[in-house]
Amino acid sequence: MGRITLDKVTKKFGDVEVIPPLDLTINDGEFVVFVGPSGCGKSTLLRLIAGLEDVTDGEIRIDGKPATDLPPAKRGLAMVFQSYALYPHMSVRKNIAFPMKMAGMPEDEQKRRIENAARALNLTDYLDRRPGQLSGGQRQRVAIGRAIVREPAAFLFDEPLSNLDAALRVGMRMEISELHKKLDTTMIYVTHDQVEAMTMADKIVVLRAGNIEQVGSPLELYRNPRNTFVAGFIGSPKMNLIEGAEAKKHDAATIGVRPEHIDVSASEGAWKGRIGVAEHLGSDTFFHVHDTGLAETLTIRAGGEVDLHHGDTVFLTPQADKIHRFDGQGLRIS
Amino acid sequence: MARAVSTRRKAGYTIAAWIIGLAIFFPILWTIVTSFKTEAEAISSPPSFMFFQWTTENYSTVMERSNYFRHFWNSVVISLGSTVLGLIIAIPAAWSMAFVPAKHTKNVLMWMLSTKMLPPVGVLIPIYLIFRDVGLLDTKTGLVIVLTLINLPIIVWMLYTYFKEIPGEILEASRMDGASLRDEIIYVLTPMAVPGIASTLLLNVILAWNEAFWTLNLTAAKAAPLTAFIASYSSPEGLFYAKLSAASTMAIAPILILGWFSQKQLVRGLTFGAVK
Amino acid sequence: MATQHSRSAARIMISPAVLLLLAWMIVPLALTIYFSLLRYNLLMPGTERFVGFLNYRLFYENPAFWTAMLNTLLLVGGVLIVTVVGGILLAILLDQPIWGQGIVRILVIAPFFVMPTVSALVWKNMFMNPVSGLFAEFSKAVGLQPFDFLTHAPLASIIGIVSWQWLPFATLILLTAIQSLDSEQMEAAEMDGASPLSRFWYITLPHLSRAITVVILIQTIFLLSVFAEILVTTNGGPGVASTNLTYLVYARSLLNFDVGGGSAGGVVAIILANIVAIFLMRMIGKNLDA
Ligand SMILES: Nc1ncnc2c1ncn2[C@@H]1O[C@H](COP(=O)(O)OP(=O)(O)OP(=O)(O)O)[C@@H](O)[C@H]1O
Ligand SMILES: [Mg+2]
Repeated sequence: MGRITLDKVTKKFGDVEVIPPLDLTINDGEFVVFVGPSGCGKSTLLRLIAGLEDVTDGEIRIDGKPATDLPPAKRGLAMVFQSYALYPHMSVRKNIAFPMKMAGMPEDEQKRRIENAARALNLTDYLDRRPGQLSGGQRQRVAIGRAIVREPAAFLFDEPLSNLDAALRVGMRMEISELHKKLDTTMIYVTHDQVEAMTMADKIVVLRAGNIEQVGSPLELYRNPRNTFVAGFIGSPKMNLIEGAEAKKHDAATIGVRPEHIDVSASEGAWKGRIGVAEHLGSDTFFHVHDTGLAETLTIRAGGEVDLHHGDTVFLTPQADKIHRFDGQGLRIS
Repeated sequence: MARAVSTRRKAGYTIAAWIIGLAIFFPILWTIVTSFKTEAEAISSPPSFMFFQWTTENYSTVMERSNYFRHFWNSVVISLGSTVLGLIIAIPAAWSMAFVPAKHTKNVLMWMLSTKMLPPVGVLIPIYLIFRDVGLLDTKTGLVIVLTLINLPIIVWMLYTYFKEIPGEILEASRMDGASLRDEIIYVLTPMAVPGIASTLLLNVILAWNEAFWTLNLTAAKAAPLTAFIASYSSPEGLFYAKLSAASTMAIAPILILGWFSQKQLVRGLTFGAVK
Repeated sequence: MATQHSRSAARIMISPAVLLLLAWMIVPLALTIYFSLLRYNLLMPGTERFVGFLNYRLFYENPAFWTAMLNTLLLVGGVLIVTVVGGILLAILLDQPIWGQGIVRILVIAPFFVMPTVSALVWKNMFMNPVSGLFAEFSKAVGLQPFDFLTHAPLASIIGIVSWQWLPFATLILLTAIQSLDSEQMEAAEMDGASPLSRFWYITLPHLSRAITVVILIQTIFLLSVFAEILVTTNGGPGVASTNLTYLVYARSLLNFDVGGGSAGGVVAIILANIVAIFLMRMIGKNLDA
């Protein structure tokens, strides 16, 4: 059980309103990702849910019960911190046991749960080590283990992978996704990495300056971004946004075309430009095209074998049905 | 600095540093050496450094003359008692300042330190009279109370600087894990801060051990610690250098030995946690 | 990280310390001020009466008071200069590659462990004594007239003794600070062609400013109330040549049993300390945040 409802939740630090009144419902078992640029209030929102900060106004309900004034310990949530926040003076075993010890759980039940968690997280061999003697990935797993054993109503993650190197991050990303499938418990996951958001989420919440810009499944956000901010934020490389005369032709203030929705040719097409940097990744090639008269740079994603290089003149054609149109306020025109 | 230094330069630095180090240490060394001389030898001219008849008679004389162990025990009780009491009061206070800083935290801290600047003489008379009236004069309890209050600001400050190095996220994690405030302080904060607490403890034991204003003015005989024991040697009586040296050695030896064995914590403590 | 819960807990947890210190400050302070307005001599019980500012006037008109005031400042200032300058030089030396660095460090810190009464007695008798002290022996050995330190230069001698006690502290803090100086910064400056002196002036010294502040703050706290060293060596003399405020008040109230007069001196000492404290706090408030 882990249905979390935020009702007009507001947070001010002094006079600064970091979260303006915000409504959000997170359903039981959902994997929800908060994304947004740095400083937009993702961590703050998560900490409000955790109870580590007081809401200035509004109400938080967990499984229908008011939780606004409950201390963190009473909310039945578990949190995994960016820095892991392991207790450095306790062994891995003691770290994992700590929440159960605090709850006064019988010893043998503690032991059983520790062993299960250790097996699931590949930590069995490390139970008697101190956190200082573990690698980053192992520490991460201990932090997750400490969260699992409590069988919380929901897991809260605050950028749990940002301290890991790229390869490990991909691995842990999958482990967390698998864990979610297995436990089927609500998870709220904060990141500013939109790849993590796209690959893990059932539901993405895009935040900007404390406001929810859009909520939806990854593909919904990819296909139908509600405004230019979401359009630019979701998808990698970023969507090309074009203003001016070319947008006018489509009866819009701004049009957007994703790099993968532009066809490239050496001989003919709608737009003409010159290739700046060409990134050949093998499977794909990214061209950064200049001098189109449309925007400073257009990013194009082409097949891996396209034989075009720096300085070449190219012709570009956007796929007509993949053009997103936005009005003067940046809102989507459907 | 990882760089090759010529052996000659290193030798130069070494000689200079050792000369200065020995010069600074010399008064202590000289006191210890003199304590093993006879009184006659102690004032012989020219003085001898090594080649004399070593004797321990001064130590027995000092022991006979005054009750060293009682003074020693008083010093132990007073310095340890006031420090431990101070820690018990200061740990929660430092927790508050380090982890729940409010607008006025800095000011409160500064104010606490400023009470240290209150010159003892300014308040000596009322304390003396109050203690006289409630019967705390010349008692260990009285001195423990005074020294706790005297050193409290420094203990709070040191703990505050050490606590601030502990990431708040770890304490938050314990809160998420269901720890009450008491659990948080006992099971998480205190064990993590052990090195800092040890340094604080050591430094304050030393400060209290060496405190020589209140201990001299508030004690007569019963509760007199080693500072007072030694002060009784301030008026010369015949030949007394060797005995003075022996008594001095006995007064400072406990702390010197303690310092030797806990150098690392002490060096940390000596910087009052203020410099990393 | 603050919630209403933790904020109220914090207020409760800090209150014992705050209340105790508040009581420690206010109760004796109020009594001292009260006594200072009385004629109150322990030898004449029952004759206490209100005399207004008479005690202050007597104190103020007493030339010993001004000497004591000046001596207090000279003592604090003198020791600060010796220990800070000496501490910087010593710290730089100890930062160099040295064989047996750990042992040298112990030797240098040792004086800090010596209680003031002991160090004063040792210096007075075994070093500064004009007849059989080591300094006298040394003078005789090189054919000079032995100098009677505590008679002819009492304050300077006491400054010397107190400096010896506090030099370790200054050195250690400054050494710790120097060792935390990023060596790449030094190397970069060296690459830029800065001479050792200008490296010291433009890099080391600014880096040390915080540590120097700490040294000054903490030492001033202790130096304003130097007492045992004077009691044991000179008893404030000859005359009042080495009497500081602390000692003057002690002499007045506990030797002459003049509680009223002593209290007036105590109040003056408090005012002086506050003036110094305000200066220090200004300076430190700025420097401690960094
Ligand atoms: N304790 C605090 N006091 C005052 N302002 C704060 C506090 N904590 C956060 N803020 C401000 O609130 C805003 C949101 O911060 P928050 O940490 O939630 O951002 P974030 O989205 O998690 O950013 P990042 O991706 O960098 O972690 C920021 O502008 C920050 O400066
Ligand atoms: Mg964040």
